[in-house]
Amino acid sequence: MKEGRRWLEIAGVHLVLLVASAAVLYPVLWVVRLAVSPTGRLTEAGALPIPKEFSLQNLSDFIFARDFYGRPIFFIQLGNSLLVSGAATIVGLLFALSAAYGFSRFAFPLRRAGMRTMLVSQMFPAVVTAVPLLFLLDALGLFGTTAGLVLIYATTSVPFSIWMLKGYFDVIPKDLDESARLDGASAWIVFTRILLPLVRPGIGLTALFSFMSAYNEFIMASVFLDDVTAYTLPVTLQQSVGGFDPNWGLFAAGSLVLSIPVVLVFFFVQKQMVEGMTAGAVKG
Amino acid sequence: MSVALHFEHVGKRYGETIVLSDVDFRTEPGELVVLVGPSGCGKSTLMRLVAGLETLSEGTIRAGDRVLNDVPPQDRGVGMVFQSYALYPHLTVRENLAFPLFVKKVSPETRAREVERVAEMLSLGPLLDRLPKQLSGGQRQRVAIGRCLVRKPDIYCFDEPLSNLDAALRSQIRVELKALQRELGKTTIYVTHDQVEAMTMADRIVVLHRGVVQQVGSPEELYLRPHNRFVARFIGTPAMNLVAGGLREGRFEGGPIRAAVSVGTSVERVLLGARPEHVRVHPEGKVEARVRGIEPVGEAGYLHLAVEGISLDTGAATSGSTPKPGLLCASVAGRDAFGYREGETVRFDLVDERLVIFDAVSGDRIG
Repeated sequence: MKEGRRWLEIAGVHLVLLVASAAVLYPVLWVVRLAVSPTGRLTEAGALPIPKEFSLQNLSDFIFARDFYGRPIFFIQLGNSLLVSGAATIVGLLFALSAAYGFSRFAFPLRRAGMRTMLVSQMFPAVVTAVPLLFLLDALGLFGTTAGLVLIYATTSVPFSIWMLKGYFDVIPKDLDESARLDGASAWIVFTRILLPLVRPGIGLTALFSFMSAYNEFIMASVFLDDVTAYTLPVTLQQSVGGFDPNWGLFAAGSLVLSIPVVLVFFFVQKQMVEGMTAGAVKG
Repeated sequence: MSVALHFEHVGKRYGETIVLSDVDFRTEPGELVVLVGPSGCGKSTLMRLVAGLETLSEGTIRAGDRVLNDVPPQDRGVGMVFQSYALYPHLTVRENLAFPLFVKKVSPETRAREVERVAEMLSLGPLLDRLPKQLSGGQRQRVAIGRCLVRKPDIYCFDEPLSNLDAALRSQIRVELKALQRELGKTTIYVTHDQVEAMTMADRIVVLHRGVVQQVGSPEELYLRPHNRFVARFIGTPAMNLVAGGLREGRFEGGPIRAAVSVGTSVERVLLGARPEHVRVHPEGKVEARVRGIEPVGEAGYLHLAVEGISLDTGAATSGSTPKPGLLCASVAGRDAFGYREGETVRFDLVDERLVIFDAVSGDRIG
């Protein structure tokens, strides 16, 4: 009797997991199907994401595309995307780390209000800030430049990053700071030698978030960039389905290519995250 | 060099909350001073004031001739062992021990030499390349002490250093710590809520309650001549018996209990304090009681006695392990404890010369 119920339980759990996995994977498989079918038409499809014909034409078209002047436009844009996201991540993290340390460890007026304000700033959709940002960047002479886009991505990721990192700083016992202070360490030594190594998992996770949101960002990039060679990949991707005869196959191939760096980054950061988490607690 | 610590009218407030008020005492150089009291009594705060991790609201703390009030923590010559040990989890034992020297920019050779010296002193040699998570509680604590020793401070602070260890290890480390302190000969402040720990380790005990110093004295003074009802109940396990009664020209009367005491005046409401070992159970005793509980604990045993017509003050602040309200606790020789039966009637006397008298209203000792 008991044995039977156990089996039923296992079967039930697996059924739920299978349905959930299918729901998540179905659209992804559809994209794969579109990417490898030569016509790239949505109308030919059945319910199952299985291609009738198989071809890598879309993938190679997307990757080896050349512009009017014969430049390898995909590689230029991939470079843009990686540069912008990477730079935005690093700049954003540098600000967020020091700010999170301050918010977590020092008492100062308006500390709570500051944290709340940053949370509120996350509640506005990106479009709302697009126009003022456009004027700001124009005034700074950064309109249409990679540096301008880095600045935007870095600043928009900072509030969320501070919130996340502050959580990681908060769980590190204050005893460690105090002990280091008694040992003669300055705030800078405490920050760099004691706390930073301990928030490494948090840094990994925050970096991943920052990188992904910059890498996937489309609206700002499409508003600010006006030169094809400065485009990031999401902008190109959108343009590949423009016009009267959208080539969904090309779009799907582009989507797949676009997700590879993110998957790679996730893979490496995740490994580091797990390492960091097992680094050991203070006691117990 | 060992220094004396002077606390002069020290006070600490957080906004409206008074954590410490008018703390005023001094220690001798090289003493082990235990700050003891129930949780929230301000003992840890007082230690943190010495270490410089908190700032004083009032008063002065002096180490020898030096006023510590505005000296930054790292320049006070104070080393502290935290309750959590506060080992840096990402550094090996060696790196943990060397950290204070690394911060002071001591040369790598000197650093290595000092670490070796301390490691040998605390038998940490084989553990030097391990991470804190690979150590047992006792080992972690030795590392924490070692990191303190490396700095060669003039004053050591221990914040409940034994509270995370199991009972067997605790008594062992208690002995080791005391021996180490003797060897170093440095003034040491030791915070605990455990009065047994305080009694066994201290040269001088400071009992704190609600931010106020109740008594400063040797373990013996606190045990035999407590200043007030709080100290009487807090120090000693089981706690002191406090019998309510009246005082008439040098005689105490509380129900059937009569005793001659050294106070000549008459006070209407007093408490008579008698340690369990000063309640002598014997067949010719003047007072009759019924045995309600027996605790043979080895070399001594305790009888919990119900006495008709007496009222006992059990006060909230007791640290004793056997709070049995309304029962008088008497100590008997260990073997004898097995001879008693619950419910049987016994007779006892109080040892007059050891009794203390407290004013029932103020709680202060009057004789």
